[in-house]
Amino acid sequence: MKVDQIASNTKTQRHFTQLWLMAVVMFLAACDERPWNDPQLPSPDGLVTYQSMIISTPPKHLDPAISYASDESLFTMQIYEPPLTYHFLKRPYELIPGALDSLPEVTYLDSAGKAVKEDDESVAFTRYTLHLRDDVHYQPHPAFALDASGRPEYLFETAEAGERYHQIPDFPHTGDRPVQANDYVYAIKRLADPVIGSPMLGFMSQYIVGMKAFSEQVGSLPRDQWLNLDNYSMKGLEVVDDRTLTITIIGRYPQFLFWLAMPFFSPVSPEVDRFYQNPGFVDRNLTLDWWPVGSGPFLMASNDPNSEIILERNPNYRADFFPSEGEPGDLEAGFLEDAGKPIPFLDRAVFRLEKESLSQWTKFLQGYYDRSGEVHSQPAGLFDRAFQIGANGVELAPELKEHNITMSPDVQPAVYYYGFNMRDPVVGGYTEKKRKLRRALQIAFQTEDYLNIFYMGNGIVAENPIPPGIPGHLEGEAGMNPYVYDWVDGVAQRKPIEYARQLLAEAGYPNGRDEITGEPLKIFLDVQSQAINNTLMTWIVRVFSQIGVQVEFRPADFNRTREKMLTGNTQIFSFGWSADYPDPENFLFLLYGPEGPLECACDGANNGNYSNEEYDRLFRQMRILPQGPERDSLVARMVELFRYDAVWLFAYYPTEIFLNNSWVHNNKRHGISRATLKYVRVEPDERAKMQNRRNQPITSPLYAAALILVALALPGVIAYRRRQKATARHAQE
Amino acid sequence: MLTYIIRRLFYAIPILLGVNLLTFTLFFVVNTPDDMAVSQLGAKYVTPEAIQSWKKKNGYDRPLFYNPDAAGSGAVTETIFFAKSLRLFAFDFGRSESGRDITTDISTRMWPSLAVAVPSFVVGIWVNICVALLVVMFHATRLDRWIVFVFVAMMSISYLFYIIGGQYLVAKTWRLVPISGFHAHGQFWKFLILPVLVGVVAGIGSGARWYRTLFLEEANQDYVRTARAKGASEIRILFRHILPNALIPILTGIVVLIPSLFMGGLLVESFFGIPGLGSYMLDAIKSQDFAIVRSMVFIGSILYIIGLILTDISYTWADPRLRLD
Repeated sequence: MKVDQIASNTKTQRHFTQLWLMAVVMFLAACDERPWNDPQLPSPDGLVTYQSMIISTPPKHLDPAISYASDESLFTMQIYEPPLTYHFLKRPYELIPGALDSLPEVTYLDSAGKAVKEDDESVAFTRYTLHLRDDVHYQPHPAFALDASGRPEYLFETAEAGERYHQIPDFPHTGDRPVQANDYVYAIKRLADPVIGSPMLGFMSQYIVGMKAFSEQVGSLPRDQWLNLDNYSMKGLEVVDDRTLTITIIGRYPQFLFWLAMPFFSPVSPEVDRFYQNPGFVDRNLTLDWWPVGSGPFLMASNDPNSEIILERNPNYRADFFPSEGEPGDLEAGFLEDAGKPIPFLDRAVFRLEKESLSQWTKFLQGYYDRSGEVHSQPAGLFDRAFQIGANGVELAPELKEHNITMSPDVQPAVYYYGFNMRDPVVGGYTEKKRKLRRALQIAFQTEDYLNIFYMGNGIVAENPIPPGIPGHLEGEAGMNPYVYDWVDGVAQRKPIEYARQLLAEAGYPNGRDEITGEPLKIFLDVQSQAINNTLMTWIVRVFSQIGVQVEFRPADFNRTREKMLTGNTQIFSFGWSADYPDPENFLFLLYGPEGPLECACDGANNGNYSNEEYDRLFRQMRILPQGPERDSLVARMVELFRYDAVWLFAYYPTEIFLNNSWVHNNKRHGISRATLKYVRVEPDERAKMQNRRNQPITSPLYAAALILVALALPGVIAYRRRQKATARHAQE
Repeated sequence: MLTYIIRRLFYAIPILLGVNLLTFTLFFVVNTPDDMAVSQLGAKYVTPEAIQSWKKKNGYDRPLFYNPDAAGSGAVTETIFFAKSLRLFAFDFGRSESGRDITTDISTRMWPSLAVAVPSFVVGIWVNICVALLVVMFHATRLDRWIVFVFVAMMSISYLFYIIGGQYLVAKTWRLVPISGFHAHGQFWKFLILPVLVGVVAGIGSGARWYRTLFLEEANQDYVRTARAKGASEIRILFRHILPNALIPILTGIVVLIPSLFMGGLLVESFFGIPGLGSYMLDAIKSQDFAIVRSMVFIGSILYIIGLILTDISYTWADPRLRLD
């Protein structure tokens, strides 16, 4: 062997040794007490961290004027505190003061601005007076930081001056201040600013006095720098003192109180608005849309929407306590164990983006996520393995029970339905024949089977547009649709299919054929492509074939389906509505005539173009009435009209089942509000113990893999050596 | 060579224009600006005024290609195509439809993409070449036939199967590594083990089989017989004689991919929760964010062109007889 070859071999050996040493060091570094497959970073010492997930898509907007999606309110509702909020435990849902010291005072005014009684016919305006608590404080934030002269520390003339700041934690100094009444006024002015593009602008302009004029005024101003909205007034807003403001709306609109519990009405300080208008900030995503600033229980500590969002306890959060009373059954369910204790219980909450169901589900089972979801309960596709249908309905699979995982079923305040286009020449119309046709189709569609087969029973048949938990929803015989069901032995029983055939014949389609032309009756279903599959289509075809009706499906994407509904070019369509607030008005408006797209030539909510003069008149009356028996009777009559006219083919209230690991407490779900993180309590020691127990690595496959590699390599090496040593004669042989 | 590179760069301009035009047309055939507004504004309380306001705010209130109301060159310049697509040539990517700065997002997200793509690429090539050379050594034996059979079987299996199978076995059942996720700091390497392993294993079938074919062509050349006659060992023949001579077709396949490593992988990043550019693109397509889609397609096209130029340059390194004029 030559000298240089020997030297080369020695060098190679040295490199190998170095590589092995590096590998050993990396391995030893990994060998702490945590399981090998732990995907979470260790929590800072002594801080209680809640581990959760954002499913599928990160939030797009966190600016309270823009954010509207439920995925976004998961964050905005922890960071911001609107004037009102919901009681965590009580059902039906109950409004309580949030940042206010009491519910708003309501004053009714006539057109001259003089106070009148609530039931006075001359009521032209309603004024809400809001009194703030005296301990509501903003989180620490650089927007409030002041320099030695008392001026804002972080206001820059040029983009270069502030270019070293890329995230809010990069700013070394922060400040804070109490929340003032003007901050709420400023927030409402932002809703009206067309440059911001709030989804509330069009809707709220109908109500808040002067909002439209304000919007037009500020919309016409040049925007080469920050526009201080405080310099422009809106007629319906008044700051009485630092802790009191009034909002005046047009006419009566009792549901306005519910809007005051939404993030749109959270305070925004002018300092914060000005801070984010610093030159160059928007180019580094330093905006209110990504770094919200509020007075709620948590603050945004880290925002990487591509991987994780971290919230931390707001050190300036006001005194707040776990509720001491709930609805019947809460005490027994353990939801009042923490009654009267100060909240929030958590120091940090980490939300990691999870896109794939296998990862979501595996990490939850491994104990790396505390609950199976926040906004969406269970990963699609793996649902079947988590649950089984037992004697009492949906039950947990045995392997989940072994882990002491618990279920939190939650009937959503929402309704999903297939509606008839009431202007369609075949299924639409208000003659008795048309009603009979629609009722026959309603009876034939076995909604109970549909829910059992395709949703594992997770849903409740809706015989009324108003879901449970909302006033106006009725249970028992009163809640039954008598045109589709019979009350038999205390249970609603779907009318027999023979009755559906009879109705169909009376409607002019004996045995499913037109009595004049003899053509078979064919109905057309417009559905979103992702909401239908071959199995479901086969099932629907089979269901309607029982009465001789043929079905044709017209699947399309959301935009095309929406376009068809706007132009009335649909016969039967699928749609869903989730409550903005727990009031029947928020559901009954789905059938209000002027909301029909063909009526208003707009994106109205009455996609079926249902039009009934009595219904519309009752709706207008009901809308402005306060809760009470008079309103209840109007609601009941409207529901009766909805049933009589057979407006929807079928409907159901979706049920979601959330799963909780054993170390998470206070898991009661709130259908309307997402401001519930402050009530959640976790036991970190128990979690660490269970994580270790569930995640002991199985190393035998590593040894097996090494053995297989050796077994594969060995014959090769032997063959190679034999070949190298072979003589020419042997090689030929 | 410089002249050649400059010429190639000029050729790139019409290609990029064509790609831009095609992307723009395809996107707007499927989605109108109104559709985009609706998907960004949400499903509730979307008034025609709100749609109009969104379009105005985001610059979609103009005609697509030709503006008959504008005078002179404005007929072309005051259009969505000119305003949105042509400014990409100045590397001005602007903001996404949800308001985030695209350049910042790309510069943040390319690192996780590289963290997965580079080791997968390097280890993958190394493994494929080694396996292929070893198979060549046993050419025309029963072992060779079996290995080729295994290669064909491996390349017939969907990449998705490797990902889900790897996650199920290694992460879920054996609990050896995290099933998904990524942290830029701390033990970030443990998140890379599984995606890299899956990437390498999934690529062995097609990669090693292709290299085997290339090496076999060289193995029958005269210079190999000469080396063998001179007593060179099989290992030396494979790595010192056959491999360098088979480099040109190998370089054709791999150098073009090097710049594209920045773009990440759609499936890998999505399934393993890697916050890279692959998942960025996928999210943008799902949310109909045209600003991101057009920027990513543009960058992808540029990187591909750069890859092709690098491939040509690498030929001169692999074969000194070649000259680029």
